Amino acid sequence: MIGDWLDIGPVDQIAPGHARTLPVRGGEEIAVFRTLNSEFHAIVNQCPHKQGPLSQGIVHGGVVTCPLHGWNISLKTGEALGDDEGCVPVIPLRVDAGRIYLLRSAVIGKRATAA
Amino acid sequence: MNAPITIEGPSGTPDNRERLVVIGNGMAGCRAVEEILARDPARYAITIFGAEPRVNYNRIMLSPVLAGEKSFDEIVINPAEWYAENAITLVSGDPVTRIDRATQTVIAGSGRAEPYDRLVIATGSDPFIIPVPGKDLDGVVTFRDLDDVDKMLAAAEQGGTAVVIGGGLLGLEAAHGLNLRGMEVTVIHLMPTLMERQLDEAAGWLLKSELERRGQTILTGANTEEIIGKDGKVAGVRLKDGTEIAADIVVMAVGIRPAIGLAKEAGLDVERGIMVDDHMVTSDPAVMAVGECVQHRGTCYGLVAPLWDMCRALADAACDAPSGYEGSVTSTKLKVSGIDLFSAGDFSGGDGAEDIVMRDAARGVYKRVVVKDNRLVGAVLYGDTADGSWYFDLLRKGEDVSDIREALIFGQAFASGGALADPNSAVAALSDDAEICGCNGVSKARVVATIKQGACSLDAVRSQCKASASCGSCTGLVESLLALTLGDEVQEGVKTLCKCTTFSHADVRRLIREKQLKALPEVLQELHWSTPDGCAHCRPALNYYLLCEWPGEYQDDQQSRFVNERMHANIQKDGTYSVVPRMWGGITNPTELRAIADVVEKFNAPMVKVTGGQRLDIFGIKKEDLPAVWADLNAAGMVSGHAYGKALRTVKTCVGSEWCRFGTQDSTGLGVKLERMTWGSWMPHKFKIAVSGCPRNCAEATIKDFGVICVDSGYELHVGGNGGIKVRVTDLLCKAATEAETMEICAAFVQLYREEAWYLERTAPWIERVGLEYVKAALFDDPDKVKRLAARFRHSQQFMQDDPWAERAAGKHAELHQHLAEVRPFQMETV
Ligand code: SRM
Ligand SMILES: Cc1cc2nc3c(=O)[nH]c(=O)nc-3n(C[C@H](O)[C@H](O)[C@H](O)COP(=O)(O)OP(=O)(O)OC[C@H]3O[C@@H](n4cnc5c(N)ncnc54)[C@H](O)[C@@H]3O)c2cc1C
Ligand code: SF4
Ligand code: FES
Repeated sequence: MIGDWLDIGPVDQIAPGHARTLPVRGGEEIAVFRTLNSEFHAIVNQCPHKQGPLSQGIVHGGVVTCPLHGWNISLKTGEALGDDEGCVPVIPLRVDAGRIYLLRSAVIGKRATAA
Repeated sequence: MNAPITIEGPSGTPDNRERLVVIGNGMAGCRAVEEILARDPARYAITIFGAEPRVNYNRIMLSPVLAGEKSFDEIVINPAEWYAENAITLVSGDPVTRIDRATQTVIAGSGRAEPYDRLVIATGSDPFIIPVPGKDLDGVVTFRDLDDVDKMLAAAEQGGTAVVIGGGLLGLEAAHGLNLRGMEVTVIHLMPTLMERQLDEAAGWLLKSELERRGQTILTGANTEEIIGKDGKVAGVRLKDGTEIAADIVVMAVGIRPAIGLAKEAGLDVERGIMVDDHMVTSDPAVMAVGECVQHRGTCYGLVAPLWDMCRALADAACDAPSGYEGSVTSTKLKVSGIDLFSAGDFSGGDGAEDIVMRDAARGVYKRVVVKDNRLVGAVLYGDTADGSWYFDLLRKGEDVSDIREALIFGQAFASGGALADPNSAVAALSDDAEICGCNGVSKARVVATIKQGACSLDAVRSQCKASASCGSCTGLVESLLALTLGDEVQEGVKTLCKCTTFSHADVRRLIREKQLKALPEVLQELHWSTPDGCAHCRPALNYYLLCEWPGEYQDDQQSRFVNERMHANIQKDGTYSVVPRMWGGITNPTELRAIADVVEKFNAPMVKVTGGQRLDIFGIKKEDLPAVWADLNAAGMVSGHAYGKALRTVKTCVGSEWCRFGTQDSTGLGVKLERMTWGSWMPHKFKIAVSGCPRNCAEATIKDFGVICVDSGYELHVGGNGGIKVRVTDLLCKAATEAETMEICAAFVQLYREEAWYLERTAPWIERVGLEYVKAALFDDPDKVKRLAARFRHSQQFMQDDPWAERAAGKHAELHQHLAEVRPFQMETV
């Protein structure tokens, strides 16, 4: 639990159907989502289209609709759905005893790939 | 049944068998022993330690014991004779406290030491206790073993009230049992829907409604803050929002954690559970583990089905014929009599997964199957679970379902019927008097006759014979009949609200009213939505329709709001926000201007601009700073300008008779009054008003949704204007003699638009669609119409005219503005 995984706090910090953000100093901001079914997902908070803040979109099923131009992004794979093409990095996440954990290496790893 | 029993195996005889010691006399421990005995009864000398002072029983049947449907004797799996017959030593009521791997010995609480050649750890799980004050009070119980059930039964005998914390499988079964035993039960659940790990929102809502109908109180989204005690005993529960609920007993059923303490202290590899390989062997080759306490390929299980498979693999390995366990797919059923509920697999949707949903509101049925890559990956059934095992089978085998996909949701009988797998031929096979539409009692023959008489679309059938016009559950059947009768000549109907439904906006608005639907999940269920929780198109529309229909009653759903309306500011391309405070009628003063100037400096706003709507727009504000910005603007008396909303935007005015040499009336004053009356109102789309003091029309009133042109004799009222993408000049609606009459007609017009236009339809396209004559008739046909509409508008405004900024500045929904945490990569810690 500790070690590889980064504890980002209790699940009730995020209301169902919402997302919250996690800035990473020197890296890409991460958006942590909770679907209406209370599944949790973390992806980089940037739409593949024009970097829209995905955390601010409407969540339905396992999908978020980008607030800027309405692309639909899968929360699980980070891929744009339908006719749009693009993908945002997904950060492995797990929930344990009511707390959310992100894979440490993926949290900072994103910086390397962004460079 | 609560006295410790020790059944000693044969002693004295020289025994050179290997010594097998099992820790845990529960479901997995005993099953593992049974499996070993079945393979090689002579191989091991067996000792089982059990913390509970009794023989092995079926734990899952504790729920029926609590509910009074079974006795303890009926749920015993292995009675004392079984241990004796198989020469097993049972040490019960004496928990193992230590494993000494160096000497291969286990030590129990009593001091009893037992050497082993092979050890099996099957310690199960411990109930998770949420760390709130009062958790240790007398009367706080968990639900795991027979002692817990006894405690609950003792409490139930006194009657009174019970609070169950946790709305998962265990919590609901406890609540059901206590309810049947005559207690008044409240279930407190942190999540917004019950059993959220097994059920989707729709099924969770149905379950909640049913339990409430049975007299239980279900509080979802409720967070326990403290268990209140009195004289060392439980007296109630307090929630984070301050609510207090009295309780004579509190059942904590919030989850379980694998019991790994012994293994961890013995230095075995553990994570969440005890790590085992495919043969159930831990990091020590002499030690195996099985059941809920293990973690296999990253998964810990909390149901019995996986145990049976694990025990087979364990026995195979322990008898030198290793086979290997590869993990399990699980399914869940709730053991509450009269509630049929089944779920299996993954139903989170997304990623190429496709949902097939069927709802039958009349029978209270909701079914959903999730198909991915032509395979069934998940199923949720509520109200009719007859096909549960069939779906589960398809799911486990991972069979290709493309051939039966169309008919999959109708169940096994339908889908495996060969030719019947084509829904059209199934419908063709129905007899002429088969009832198609249950709501309106329409037979197949009548639908076909209606189609033959010229109804070429779903909509035409609906209006001519009412089939599928009420709940819509027979829409698929009607569509099949259209296809069968007309072939290619079927006409597309009116546009549906979105791809999740076959109903149009008009139908949905009408049905919300007729069926008195007052919550979003209720609309989705009753109108047979084909997706589990709607989409980004229908959620905002439904949220608006409900808000408009039930002012003061309906709870606005934040998740259904587009970002701007959720954040009460306009999102910009770089993710920052712009903030536009209201300037009533375009008038401002030094205090307001100073406050705006201060905000611009204090928050380093890169730009402040005069908008086309006669007010100032502050750009580049971060979401974290929004509440502070609003607090400062509020302090100067300014409120939200709703520049972001499907709502009243601006009321533009010109200087009018106060200053202008041509002005005929006080256009500025009237504009301010109109804005004070209409601000805050949610609408199908944005709504703009303008008042010009004379026909020179400097306020551009003739391209506004509602425009007033002042003339000497009074006021000309114009409607349906639009600048923007497709310019439309207003139509003249009528003339009014006084300001009061103008205000009244404005209120009535706004309300008519609110009640009748479709979501995202501005007044211009709305009037093009329904015709100006219709609008005039709806307002002026009968002298009371304006009055009634205006009264409804004023009523609804009572609930709308709270400044959303003030709430946020005061701390409401603070989470929308704050980051979760910040990661500093070099220290790799969160703050
Ligand atoms: C700020 C402003 C431009 C300005 O700098 O002056 C503006 C800015 C935007 N307009 Fe506008 N409109 C602004 C006045 C207008 C006007 C002029 C007016 O109101 O007299 C019009 C034409 C009149 C009309 O609406 O009929 C106008 C017609 C539109 C349209 C087209 C509407 C249509 O029916 O065709 C859109 C797109 C839409 O709403 O879907 C739009 C959408 C937008 C959005 C909200 C785009 C968006 O969705 O993000 C812009 C938001 C910028 C921001 O973050 O603040 N804006 N927009 C004006 C704000 C007025 C205010 O104080 O609230
Ligand atoms: C009320 C209830 C209803 C349930 N309903 C269902 C259902 O409908 N369907 C389903 O699939 N599952 C259900 N379950 C879950 C199911 O009962 C468990 O998955 C199953 O019992 C796990 O078996 P196990 O052997 O791993 O653990 P257990 O059956 O808990 O056995 C572990 C045993 O080890 C003992 N033990 C622990 N530590 C020590 C120690 N140090 N020394 C000696 N003994 C020790 C414990 O006292 C316990 O008796 C239900 C559970 C409960 C409580
Ligand atoms: S005219 Fe276009 S670019 Fe300018 S504010 Fe309006 S929407 Fe944005
Ligand atoms: S930036 Fe997301 S859709 Fe354009």
